[in-house]
Amino acid sequence: MIELAWLIPVFPVIGVLINGLFGKHVGENAGPIASGMAGLSFLVVLGIAGQMIFGAGGSHTIPLWTWVEAGSLSVSMSFLIDPLSTIMLLVVSGVGFLVHVYAVGYMHGDPGYPRFFTYLNLFMLSMFLLVLGDNYLVMFVGWEGVGLCSYLLIGFWYEKQSASDAGKKAFIVNRIGDAGFLLGMFLIWTLTGSLTYTEVFQAAPEMSAAMASAVGLLLFVGAVGKSAQIPLYVWLPDAMEGPTPVSALIHAATMVTAGVYMVARTSPIYVMGPDAMSVIAVVGALTGLFAASIGLVQNDIKRVLAYSTVSQLGFMFMALGVGAFTAAIFHLMTHAFFKGLLFLGSGSVIHALHHAPEEQQQDMRYMGGLKDKMPITYWTFLIGAIAIAGVPPLAGFWSKDEILANAFFTGHYTVWIMGTVAAFMTAFYMFRLIFMTFHGEMRVDHHAREHIHESPPTMTVPLVILAVLSVIGGVIPGFPPEGGWIHRFLAPSLAKMPAGGHAMDQGVHLMNAAAGGGHSGPAVVLLIVLAIAVAVGGIALAWYMYVKDTGAPRRLYRSIPGIYYLLLGKYYVDEIYQACIVEPTYKLMRGLWTFDAKVVDGAVNGSSLITMVSSRFSGIFDLRTVDGAVNGTASFIRFFSQVFKYLQSGMVQNYLFVMLLGIFVMLSAYLFR
Amino acid sequence: MSNMPLLTMITFLPAAGAVIIMLFMKKEQTKAIKGFATAVAVLDFLISLPLWFRFDQSEAGFQFVEKVSWIPTIGVSYFVGIDGISVLLVLLTTLTMIIGVVCSFTAIEEREKEYYVCLLLLATGMLGTFIALDIFLFYVFFEITLVPMYFLIGVWGGPRKLYAAIKFFLYTLFGSVLMLLGILAFYFANLKMGTGTLTFDLVELYGVGPKIPLSLQIWIFLAFFIGFAIKVPMFPFHTWLPDAHVEAPTAGSVILAGILLKMGTYGFVRFALPLLPQASHVFVPFMMLLSIIGIIYGALVAMAQTDIKKLVAYSSVSHLGFVMLGVFALNEQGVLGGQLQMINHGISTGALFLLVGVVYERRHTRLISDYGGLSKVVPVFTVIFAITMLSSIGLPGLNGFVGEFLILIGAFKKSYVYAAFAVIGIVLGAAYMLWLFQRVFFGTLDNPENEKLTDCNAREVLYLLPLVILMFWIGLYPKPFLGRMEASVKKVVKMVNAAEVPQKAALGKLTKLEKK
Amino acid sequence: MIPMTHFLVLGAVLFLIGAMGVLMRRNAIIILLSIELMLNAVNVTFVGFSRHLADMTGQVFAIFVITVAACEAAVGLAILIALNRDRTMVNVDEINLLKW
Repeated sequence: MIELAWLIPVFPVIGVLINGLFGKHVGENAGPIASGMAGLSFLVVLGIAGQMIFGAGGSHTIPLWTWVEAGSLSVSMSFLIDPLSTIMLLVVSGVGFLVHVYAVGYMHGDPGYPRFFTYLNLFMLSMFLLVLGDNYLVMFVGWEGVGLCSYLLIGFWYEKQSASDAGKKAFIVNRIGDAGFLLGMFLIWTLTGSLTYTEVFQAAPEMSAAMASAVGLLLFVGAVGKSAQIPLYVWLPDAMEGPTPVSALIHAATMVTAGVYMVARTSPIYVMGPDAMSVIAVVGALTGLFAASIGLVQNDIKRVLAYSTVSQLGFMFMALGVGAFTAAIFHLMTHAFFKGLLFLGSGSVIHALHHAPEEQQQDMRYMGGLKDKMPITYWTFLIGAIAIAGVPPLAGFWSKDEILANAFFTGHYTVWIMGTVAAFMTAFYMFRLIFMTFHGEMRVDHHAREHIHESPPTMTVPLVILAVLSVIGGVIPGFPPEGGWIHRFLAPSLAKMPAGGHAMDQGVHLMNAAAGGGHSGPAVVLLIVLAIAVAVGGIALAWYMYVKDTGAPRRLYRSIPGIYYLLLGKYYVDEIYQACIVEPTYKLMRGLWTFDAKVVDGAVNGSSLITMVSSRFSGIFDLRTVDGAVNGTASFIRFFSQVFKYLQSGMVQNYLFVMLLGIFVMLSAYLFR
Repeated sequence: MSNMPLLTMITFLPAAGAVIIMLFMKKEQTKAIKGFATAVAVLDFLISLPLWFRFDQSEAGFQFVEKVSWIPTIGVSYFVGIDGISVLLVLLTTLTMIIGVVCSFTAIEEREKEYYVCLLLLATGMLGTFIALDIFLFYVFFEITLVPMYFLIGVWGGPRKLYAAIKFFLYTLFGSVLMLLGILAFYFANLKMGTGTLTFDLVELYGVGPKIPLSLQIWIFLAFFIGFAIKVPMFPFHTWLPDAHVEAPTAGSVILAGILLKMGTYGFVRFALPLLPQASHVFVPFMMLLSIIGIIYGALVAMAQTDIKKLVAYSSVSHLGFVMLGVFALNEQGVLGGQLQMINHGISTGALFLLVGVVYERRHTRLISDYGGLSKVVPVFTVIFAITMLSSIGLPGLNGFVGEFLILIGAFKKSYVYAAFAVIGIVLGAAYMLWLFQRVFFGTLDNPENEKLTDCNAREVLYLLPLVILMFWIGLYPKPFLGRMEASVKKVVKMVNAAEVPQKAALGKLTKLEKK
Repeated sequence: MIPMTHFLVLGAVLFLIGAMGVLMRRNAIIILLSIELMLNAVNVTFVGFSRHLADMTGQVFAIFVITVAACEAAVGLAILIALNRDRTMVNVDEINLLKW
């Protein structure tokens, strides 16, 4: 089965070719075709995963062909199946398949239906390449490929200026990250002479801490772009311009976690570079807190989820930064379930409201009371929200708790505090969202009111499946904490933090004790209790402010308008970037264009002008002086010829006379000398 | 078959075709002229195919060699042959010629006979440039190309055609005359210090370079540099290019971007590097600086353009900056990447010009602001444009990436500073291209003129398709291309690096860092 | 015995008359005749010297000159006839074809 891994990306290719080339003829069949292809890939993945989980495990390379070969550089197109890629494949193909099915219903009737599914399959293809590649270059192919699909899908409704702007922004911001990734790749190759994981990681222990950190940071720049961390997170909230299935699949469940996957994949290098790890932990914690705080006050349902995604990605990086690679991947997986669910749920809401005015469809201030109209959506959404809030025994609790515990036990107390605060905020804004959307009085435009309905089964079935996964997806692989199945399974793929040698070693013993003894340590129990308290506290606060005393939010805003507007304006980061980066670039580009036209081309035209002017002058000189001399000779001769021409009368006798005269004169001279 | 003068046939077949059109075809028989020109181009491509199949990849030296004495008194011979560096360029040229001829069917409506004669003559000039192994012969072909191109721009060009044509002609002529000085200096230096024979034979002259004192090498290099850098064009010698591109007819732009510019970069690889190894090393920082400026500057200026063709022209400046960056990395990855990027740029930018030509023919405007929302009316065109654009910005899986990647890795190997600056170009490259794409294809279709646009017809798809296939082919399986170039590139790199290297500072720094 | 001086004086007088005729007269035929006269003046001088020096070379030369004179007269008269045919006159005053 594992040898058939090459089939996984082949199915999406077939889908792309069918829907892309014959979209017009395929029409409404595009959705089922694309879903079928995604489903086939999923089946193959299931087979492989079964073999990996219950069978031999280990890591398997499936070589396909030699791709780039130049001197000592040789990169092959080959796939790697190991525990890490198996987990990723399961997430990608599973959630991907569900989203495909969901989109069949959601996108129904859209004029770009076949195009949408072409892009979606193309995305699956790229994501598979990203995950399957056995070297950085193949990963990069997928990396850029998902970026492209993200661009295409965000700008799917291209007639909308904001959509195409958002797509472009996503691509360019991602490119900035990709530049870092490329440089990191070059450095890896320079240091180890290879880009293949196995060879690179074999050489990794030889690296100096500085070089490993340099590699780590450069790669992290790529991850920052792709996984929307500070300072490059700005594209992700804008990416919500895309259709909601896209937001669920690409901007929540899979693509944005590529950075996490990449860092986890590179863990053997990262453990050699503690400085890079610290940077990652800090950036992750900052992003987690920062994005969560923005999420507190947003009114667009998808934007709340977007900032939530940024925040949760921050959690994952927090985990990576403190060396808890398994926890990061674990959170990646559970996040894919519940965030995919939440996005699909919000899509279901938006779908129900599509008769409302455009600007109200996603605005929670115009929702409320949808609970009874769409029960399946409500209940699944609620499950997702509880899961993300971190209430046991749902999925989010297990993974988030592991991250925070790791941060605590490795001595990253600041990170831990930031993470805990962010977790509190998460619980709050998620339930704020629930209460504003599903509870209370209905504020929907009354034209649209009668059109509100539960979504068709193609949309609700994926919701239910994801809800089930959100319930059980944490406890089954993650129990007991630090010792669950997922730890054992992923262990061969991920590096361990070396015990000792780093600043965090005082925590390592504690952590090891915790890992060994399950819930035994009192600190562990305390942490778990605290985590639950934080989650429940957040939910309770939301309930108080948005159900019990609905005037409370307004009073709160009034009392601290500065902070409120700072948060509502998303810290004005977009504006700052606009003013500090985009505008100067525009100015620079215009300036350079003027420079090019005036100075560089001016020099060329100037030299031609100088040539022309000097040619004019030399023309005059030529006419007056050089030619003047020639003409002067001529006119001199003409003048004398005027005089002497009378000598030549043409009369023979005159000539003879002169001749005789001459003879006479000569004779006289001879005679009388 | 093996004794046939294949290269000579390939080179002079278009010229022969041109003569036949000139002498035996009437001006009014435009259909016949077009058909005949196409037939000549296709036949030329077909007879050039053996170069692909019968090329010996393991051979670093020249193949398909022909040598006949031409002007023995000064040692000039008709000496042609190809190696890995030129074989793909020759094939690209013959392919581009077909496309160039076919894309002109409806675009050119006056003086058609003369037009196709010019095109075919141009093909001979370009092919000759790539196969010449005698520097004098090279120079002759190098100059010959100017004349038909001058007419193509000057007669069938846009509103400012005369300005552009004269600028193109004089600017490049100025460069090549300096190059001639360099060639002569080398010739006499060889007479004094090298083999001592009167010869322009490249194979004999290879290896003479290290014997020439560095001071003289530097002067000769400067002469070569001006000649080739103008042709490439490198910053700051690039300003003729946008004008020439904007004014030239579509086929002219395609050939200009696809092949003529490559004569400059090819010149560096074929002549400047192996003939003047020490000077090349001395000039590395300078050339890298100019390349990086070209990359970033070209991209930024491209962003500021309002005319699609001008934007693409400036993007060429940026892309050729990448090529030069790779070439002057002076290692296998860099030079190989540069070589591949030459081909890639020919394919992608050629295709972009073709695409611009397609809409220009329908709408007679190239201003970006006149378009918008086109993806609704011309879906096929949009898809092809998108693929081409992505290939141009170096999306992995398409051709541009492989070249860019190798170039950057080569540059990184030389010094990470170069690569660090050059990657900025990648970001900016995405920015200007996507912005162009957004403004032309996205948004609402607000200009009623655009509603009447018709999608690509079969002929247009037919001539774009080979390029699209090549984009995917090189992107996914570049081995046949890299493999053909590798041996010869290795040889060039070895020749350059055999001469002792004056500075190794950049690499040394990295190794120091690497040590723990 | 006629003294040498007589020959020379006769020759000189005849020559001068001929020269004057060439320079003064306007009729081309007269000019031709005057040229004959000059040639014959030279002949008289040749013959006179031949006798005085008892050397036959002078006589031979005289015969040469007569021959040349005959040729010259023939050519000259031919030109004159051509000229007459063309212009119906033989007046040298009106012929300045030598002027460019």
